[in-house]
Amino acid sequence: MSDVLAGGRGRGRVGPSLSYAVVNTVVRFAPLLLLALGWEFLGLSGLVSRQMLPGLGEIFAAFSDMLFGGDLLYNTMRSVSRAAAGLGAAVAVGIAAGLLMASFRPVRLLINPVVQIFYPMPKSALIPVVMIWLGLGDSSKILLIFLGCLLPVVVGTYNGARGVNPFLLWSAASLGASRFDVLREVVLRGAMPDILNGCRTALAFSFILMVSSEFVIATDGVGFMISSLGDGGQYPAMFAAIFFVAGIGFAADRLYALLSRRLLRWREA
Amino acid sequence: MMNMADAKPLAGAGKSPVQKAPRPSRPISPRMVDIAVQVAVVAALAGLWEFGARFGALNPFLLPPLSVVLGRIWEDLIAGTVPVDLGLTLYRALTGFAIGAVIGIPVGILMARSALVRWFFDPLVSIGFPMPKIAFLPIFILWFDIYDTSKIIMVAFSCFFPVVAATYAGCSSLDKWPIWSARSFGAKERELLWEVYLPMAMPQILTGLQVALPTGMITTIVTEMLMGGRGVGGAMIMAGRFADSVGVFAGIVQIIILGFVVVKSLEIVRRRLLIWHPESRK
Repeated sequence: MSDVLAGGRGRGRVGPSLSYAVVNTVVRFAPLLLLALGWEFLGLSGLVSRQMLPGLGEIFAAFSDMLFGGDLLYNTMRSVSRAAAGLGAAVAVGIAAGLLMASFRPVRLLINPVVQIFYPMPKSALIPVVMIWLGLGDSSKILLIFLGCLLPVVVGTYNGARGVNPFLLWSAASLGASRFDVLREVVLRGAMPDILNGCRTALAFSFILMVSSEFVIATDGVGFMISSLGDGGQYPAMFAAIFFVAGIGFAADRLYALLSRRLLRWREA
Repeated sequence: MMNMADAKPLAGAGKSPVQKAPRPSRPISPRMVDIAVQVAVVAALAGLWEFGARFGALNPFLLPPLSVVLGRIWEDLIAGTVPVDLGLTLYRALTGFAIGAVIGIPVGILMARSALVRWFFDPLVSIGFPMPKIAFLPIFILWFDIYDTSKIIMVAFSCFFPVVAATYAGCSSLDKWPIWSARSFGAKERELLWEVYLPMAMPQILTGLQVALPTGMITTIVTEMLMGGRGVGGAMIMAGRFADSVGVFAGIVQIIILGFVVVKSLEIVRRRLLIWHPESRK
């Protein structure tokens, strides 16, 4: 358990010097370097066309062009704000619905069948539906992301709230807490690990749905940018934009993991 | 649901005449009531959909009546397009999923067993796992064209990471006592793998597969929407482009059924494979 507490930094304690940490990092990420070298060699050897595997230098140049001169940042902001709006609404509604489902039987009986039917549905299938409902603008993508992220949050919250130790509920009630107090102070906190897990799944879904809805129906955003660069044959820029989006998704997940570790600090202590 | 409503007065009526023999059977278990109410909720929603659309409370273009949608599916079923589309979608999703699993499980096991494999794959998996893999779709289109190859490879790529991560986590956190006792009884490495490692990691591997399968389905639908051609996703996006809302909802109903069947089947497989495991004893 102690190495979990210390996180990644635990390894540093073996050799506290900075150089040790640097060597460690280089060794750890050397496979990525190997992959990059393989990419370059495959491109230079002429086995595959330069179109299909642009050089890393070219990709980087295209990236900095887009970043400083182009509209990469604008499109990213458009996409991320849509994802954030949909995800935020899904988290708020999902936690409330999950808590109510766990606490009140009528609500559970009402919502559970809907969850059971729609949970296994691949949410990307809703893209044409939101297109018919709300057209090609922002609102259709926000609705799609909201619907896609809602169920993981609901299910996570529900499972977490159902799993809260009943002794805690009884003692809170016997100390005079009202039903709402118990819900807010005991159930919500007790369910927090599962809620955070559900939200992590939802975060991943929000990126998948953001990019794929922009591939299919959009007039701006990173997904639209990637597909129009691909259609225009500007492959180095397309690769750069793809790696950039993938990097944002990765960074968002890392940030989220940090945040949830901070939120759950009381639990491990 | 109607049966349950009828059953209540009957159960009460059975008590009123002179009792010949006291029967210990319980009237209706609360579980049955739960199921009945939930079936009623689904029926009520379907009714709301049908009649709301039919009598003008909902715009029939935005939500065509359920009967019209089911009628369209029936027509297409007779015309033969539904089986082809569903079959193609299922084929792509399951083939990609199988490839991702067949590569992912051995890689995960090797990562847990060999330091060299772990060194190579650990950064790739820990970076690749949280990335939105669907963004790589244009690269696969560029490399493998727009037909089945690129769709299946894309699905396999998106299924690979959850499987590897779960298998690695499952195999590297094994309880050491069973391994040591198997060794002390003279088990060889191969026997250890099949008799100890795999069964013990099986719950986590299956959890990984249960994450990968819906991801694969999402990816299949998106690839079909983007590249066109046959398949439920392609049919839906065509319907959407031509403002054929009945066609879109026919696709949605098919996909809901397909997703439900596929996900539930994997749950049944899990219960069968883990019949020996304490988790099935609940």
